[in-house]
Amino acid sequence: MENRLNLSEQTLSKIDQVVPKYPEKRSAALMVIHLVQNELGAVDDPACEWIAERLDLTPINVKELITFYPMLREKPWGKRHVRVCRTLPCALRGSYGTCRTLEQKLGVKEGHVREDGEFSLEFMECLADCGQGPVVIVDEQTYENIAGESAEKFADLLLKGKLESSEEFVSYEDGLVQEPK
Amino acid sequence: MISSNDQELITINLNGQDVQVPNGINAIEAAAIHGKEIPHYCYHSHLSVAGNCRMCLIEMGTPMRDRASGDPILEEDGSAKIGWVPKPVIGCATNVSPGMHLRTESEKVKGCQEGIMEFLLVNHPLDCPICDQAGECRLQEFATDYGRGYSRYIERKNVKPKRTRLGPRVTLDDERCILCSRCIRFSQEVAKDDVLGFVDRGSFSTLTCFPGKELANNYSLNTVDICPVGALTSTDFRFKMRVWFLKETSGICTESSAGCNITISSREGVIHRITPRRNDLVNDSWMTDSGRTLYKAVKFDNRLLQFSINGESSPSANALEQAGELLKGRKLGVVASARSTVEEHFLIKQLVDATQAKVFLRGHFGEDDGILLSADRTPNLRGALATQLTSQYPADHLNDLTQAIERGDVDALLVCSEDLLDSGVSAELLENVPVVYLGTHANPTSKIAEVALPSLTVFEKSGSLINRSFILQSFKQAVPGPAGVLSDAQLIAELHHRIVGGEKPSTVPAELWDAISANSESVFSGISHRELQKNCIQLDGSSWAGLPFVEQAALHFEGTNPKVTA
Amino acid sequence: MLEIDVDIKELPKERRIILQHADDPNYSNRISCYLREGGYDILKKAFAMKPEEVGEEVLKSGVRGRGGAGFPAGMKWKFLDRKSGKPIYLICNADESEPGTFKDRQIMYKDPHQLIEGMMIAAYAIGAKQAFIYIRAEFFEGARILDRAISEAKEHGFCGDNILGSDYSCDLVVHRGAGAYICGEETGLIESLEGKRPNPRIKPPYFPAVLGLYQCPTIVNNVETLCNVKHIVDMGGEEFAKIGKPNNTGTRIWCVSGQVRKPGYYEFECGALTLGEMIFGVCGGLLPGRSLKAVIPGGSSAKVLRADERFKGTLKDGTEFDWGLEDIPLDFDGPMAAGTMSGSGGIIVMDDTVDIVEAMANINAFYAHESCGQCTPCREGSLWMRKITKRMCSGGAREEDADLLLSVANQIEGRTICAFGEAAAWPTQSFIAKFRDDFVNKAKAGDQPRDEKSLQLI
Repeated sequence: MENRLNLSEQTLSKIDQVVPKYPEKRSAALMVIHLVQNELGAVDDPACEWIAERLDLTPINVKELITFYPMLREKPWGKRHVRVCRTLPCALRGSYGTCRTLEQKLGVKEGHVREDGEFSLEFMECLADCGQGPVVIVDEQTYENIAGESAEKFADLLLKGKLESSEEFVSYEDGLVQEPK
Repeated sequence: MISSNDQELITINLNGQDVQVPNGINAIEAAAIHGKEIPHYCYHSHLSVAGNCRMCLIEMGTPMRDRASGDPILEEDGSAKIGWVPKPVIGCATNVSPGMHLRTESEKVKGCQEGIMEFLLVNHPLDCPICDQAGECRLQEFATDYGRGYSRYIERKNVKPKRTRLGPRVTLDDERCILCSRCIRFSQEVAKDDVLGFVDRGSFSTLTCFPGKELANNYSLNTVDICPVGALTSTDFRFKMRVWFLKETSGICTESSAGCNITISSREGVIHRITPRRNDLVNDSWMTDSGRTLYKAVKFDNRLLQFSINGESSPSANALEQAGELLKGRKLGVVASARSTVEEHFLIKQLVDATQAKVFLRGHFGEDDGILLSADRTPNLRGALATQLTSQYPADHLNDLTQAIERGDVDALLVCSEDLLDSGVSAELLENVPVVYLGTHANPTSKIAEVALPSLTVFEKSGSLINRSFILQSFKQAVPGPAGVLSDAQLIAELHHRIVGGEKPSTVPAELWDAISANSESVFSGISHRELQKNCIQLDGSSWAGLPFVEQAALHFEGTNPKVTA
Repeated sequence: MLEIDVDIKELPKERRIILQHADDPNYSNRISCYLREGGYDILKKAFAMKPEEVGEEVLKSGVRGRGGAGFPAGMKWKFLDRKSGKPIYLICNADESEPGTFKDRQIMYKDPHQLIEGMMIAAYAIGAKQAFIYIRAEFFEGARILDRAISEAKEHGFCGDNILGSDYSCDLVVHRGAGAYICGEETGLIESLEGKRPNPRIKPPYFPAVLGLYQCPTIVNNVETLCNVKHIVDMGGEEFAKIGKPNNTGTRIWCVSGQVRKPGYYEFECGALTLGEMIFGVCGGLLPGRSLKAVIPGGSSAKVLRADERFKGTLKDGTEFDWGLEDIPLDFDGPMAAGTMSGSGGIIVMDDTVDIVEAMANINAFYAHESCGQCTPCREGSLWMRKITKRMCSGGAREEDADLLLSVANQIEGRTICAFGEAAAWPTQSFIAKFRDDFVNKAKAGDQPRDEKSLQLI
């Protein structure tokens, strides 16, 4: 099929690997959309049409999915995307304050992308780590207990690009036991 | 559809009364048979069951059985103990079984109906004064019959795109949409054009096409018919006429041999729209878009309105007299039409028999779409066969007429609404052949004809047609024709009288039909006019099984082999 | 409103069967650690049995689904249509989106092979042709961890073609969702797995055990339930049934969140401790100076419990009970007797700094956002309830709003295609029933600016 979207070899080969895993092509839709979105940042209408063709569907079949799921996008988020949980358990521990802090510090309203495209903020539903709320996901890393003053420090480090190397904020993923001992 | 088509009757209990219904049908249909309406939006008898509107919630119970032994559990009086399902169930997805108990009018059901009605109206715009659907809108009807009567909603309503173009013939208003998904199911299952879908989610779900695509297939207007509200409306009919002014007449579409049943809506002699009529043997509840515009021909500029002799208009008596003079005692050729009704074919056949005339018929063909537009673009070719007017399958030309004229077998022509010049007959050849033209619109042949007799369109007369499955269907006159214009049947009877002499054949429908069904050898034997008015009738088409019919397998049609009567 | 003293020394101890390695600093999620601790030995044991025998053990164990519904897994497997000739599918519901729940995350990130072994045993028992793990997309690393674990398992012949050298093959595919709570509903999950919008199906006739994935018989089980399958085969169904209480067998992982000192995940035998012992003992009680106001015991869909409520009645086994909130045993039947449910095990604790109407507004906003929109009552009703509570929290409350909310919730419950309708209606019904004064007083409070220091929940 013609590579109209100019996807990388890696993405194309991953798509080719994932589609045959399912008894029916249509089932691969979400996985293929994730792969395309991971590379292009979003799935716009031409990408919808390409995915539809790849899976023997009509474009509306794909657009129905993109607009249904909050994590699938027609327009890309910023270079760094921050998700804050707003559901009750995290809200009880101050996530609304955390979201306000991040809005102020990052200079972007929730649900929007900053004008320079560097950051975007999303106030999301339950991220399934409620015991350590408020939970903030930056790109693919899950940070816990981000509230009050801690949220201010967190935002500052994020702005400076020093979050990953920080010792105070270790993501859930980085906190897992890494090597077999 | 989930329901089966068992003819076996079973007994169920509907609102306390034992009634008989076919086994396996769903509760909505079962209740309808006994005059009880279960209101519904998303259910449609010819589409798969979605079960999402929740308007058809009813109470259901089945006879209880002992878990271990399987024996029925009985009440003290010996009647079956009924286990009522604690939550209400949807009628459209509940197939009846023996002993099932249904309650469609209890307090619980009323509460459900009021609740669902309230929810449907919560985000619905107050568009009734400007909405085409008013008068045939199920929200209006069910709100009146089953709603609470007042609203408790004081919040803001959702805003969605209004009056957008969904396709060349369909206008979409998303705010009115109740998300029943009938249009999507129709597009996928019947029209086989998967182009509609819902985007976004929850209460913000919106019906749409993919940007750049349209709902443009030849069945798009059926979505307008089945849309229970004014979300999908016909762009052609938009703002034209309030439906409560319309008179509805039963008709048959003449676009092709599919024979879709239609409803002609008119007011004071003017037709405003055509919609399909349900017939489970022929067209379910559908028809083509292209068939809906055929009524516009009634008002075309080239409509023949005057009797004429050599192009000059003349009184009808003179024209008929002249026609008789031209055709009497000649080697008559009759060009019949596969668009004429069975009654007209019968009268032509009588004329042909009396004058030893030769019959010529041409077919009109196109591409078969496998649904309701068959390859045979005439509605009554089989009528010509069944009345013995012809026994051969026609071609799409009249070369045999050309040859007959050249051989001298034919030296005068009565042409019923066909264009000879378009059928391969040259004008030169016709210079020495007097032509009497009988038809609704002017065409090159009518212009060179010596006598032109204007006739009524299918909307202005009654008659019957035989479709591709050899089903005989009758249609009624919807609007009066132009002043002075007669029907084909009346004109042929007049010509018969002038050419052959003797008594003029009767064109009174009942008498005419008695004559048609009198012949015990014909497929019409024994059919009464009254019966024909009420139902469509399956004829035995086996005599013509060997003919090369062009129709392909389609909706309610297995292929070109004509059906045998049950 | 309520404070009880709990003697720490008398507290029941956790019994970590599923989470035995979750907090072990010497245990990573690689197969080497799993094998070191005897991993996949139970798979071998299961394969030495007949598939029906494995199913019998699960049935004998009485294990109930850990996803929220609490339906006995062994019975669900029995409903499977094995005679249709169609392929059978096993799906692990790893969508974990119920607010307050975070137990499956621990299993998948820290001990994924336990899930894989449990799934392969279950697949073998039901004769599945293929198995899927439907994991929520927010678990980015979790999907990668599972993919890697599956590759490791395949290398060792524990998964995929010819498992353990037998002629039984079952491929395991990790399928990512994309952020929709409704994908946790089993038929919504199946629709999503088929690549369509995740609109739940009407039941009847689309019971997954008969007409599931691709209209083939399908079993959908929660992560924790499938892990329990392994342990059931390990110790035998009868032994497993001895853990916990009759009809409430095995252990459960409780996830406590909200305003307690030590929120987190804790695995106890069913019925081993009470709600009071959990909140005030295990979780260290409330934050300083606070008192308990309300507890939601089973994820936000469960009915709320008022701190000073009393519960009286008769249990299924005939014993009478007269409980305060702190006495409710943490199992399946206890919360049900108290008029709520244990659901997914997510206990949300609210203290007296919480404005109940705002908490309600927060929950209503969740359900309005997550409604798939297919059926009328949930679609319109959940959004209407959200709009009402939002208006109430913005100064527009009226006294009649409490009754209106209750009426709207009553119009949703029992009338929808799936249990989301109940999940959206129960919080409103219970909040209004138990905290009516808070709602009525909101109207009297009028339009006042928010107190800067107050906890914002909407």
